[in-house]
Amino acid sequence: MSINKRIGILQFPGSNCDEDCIKCFREYFNTELIRIWHQDDVLPEIDGLIIPGGFSYGDYLRGGSLASHSKIMDSVRSFAQSGGSVIGICNGFQILTESHLLPGVLLRNDNQKFVCEFSRLKVAKGKSLYHKVLAEKTLSVPIAHGAGRYYIDATGLKRLRENGQIVFTYDSETYHNPNGSLEAIAGICSENGKVLGMMPHPERAVHELFGSEDGLAIWQAFLATIS
Amino acid sequence: MKYEVIVQLKPEVLDPEGRAIRKSLDRLGFNSLRDVQVSKRYVLELDEQDKNPDATAHKIAEEYLANVVAESFTVEKI
Repeated sequence: MSINKRIGILQFPGSNCDEDCIKCFREYFNTELIRIWHQDDVLPEIDGLIIPGGFSYGDYLRGGSLASHSKIMDSVRSFAQSGGSVIGICNGFQILTESHLLPGVLLRNDNQKFVCEFSRLKVAKGKSLYHKVLAEKTLSVPIAHGAGRYYIDATGLKRLRENGQIVFTYDSETYHNPNGSLEAIAGICSENGKVLGMMPHPERAVHELFGSEDGLAIWQAFLATIS
Repeated sequence: MKYEVIVQLKPEVLDPEGRAIRKSLDRLGFNSLRDVQVSKRYVLELDEQDKNPDATAHKIAEEYLANVVAESFTVEKI
């Protein structure tokens, strides 16, 4: 399924989950990983793109804001808009919303705390490959962020629901909503289902010694979106 | 030419920092305090050669300094 896929991984000053993603892909998936520096002009030939977590540009202005205006992002925008598969994790999710590749925004957590714990994720209903591959699953995936409170206005929320763009929600009924996200939203996708942003870190849940292997299914879903 | 841009969360969006400050002040006895709103202030200094500095300052505020999904902003010449 994943043989010979070329996966790009963006690196900004302050990215810190890039190597974890690379290690995970080397360990489990037969893919070629290509590091891409934020000052590069254009993306190389790739099949999919990972925007990793971290604190790009020290979270100045807002998390992901400065990164969304960096040189490589024009090419990332073109890639996403022409149907390319992109996954943004944590700070990568913030970069995707600040770039307007995904709707809404991620604000400071409502409890004023940096939350670092295992989250319990539910997969929402929708038509994207993420929904199909992960259907009905409850996943245990770590979160580590200070600004993960998803917010969007009422019109935007209605559109997300109608288009089936909500992919992950925190299980707030049997567990809790760790950051005050609207509707406990933890991850959303674009209308075409190819661009996914999520606060939890699948690369930190890929081995039983990590406490969970549930992240692997999320990576498999990402690879499934690459046609 | 200088402009002051103030960015803050829209009133309908919870401001946890403002809430934490209000609670703390309440504990200190400032019981008449009803609300605290936190904002960020930016001072932009524009080149005199800019023919339309008002528009430049507004564009910077709207497209860069504020995320209008959740934040509002004001721009004022100072």
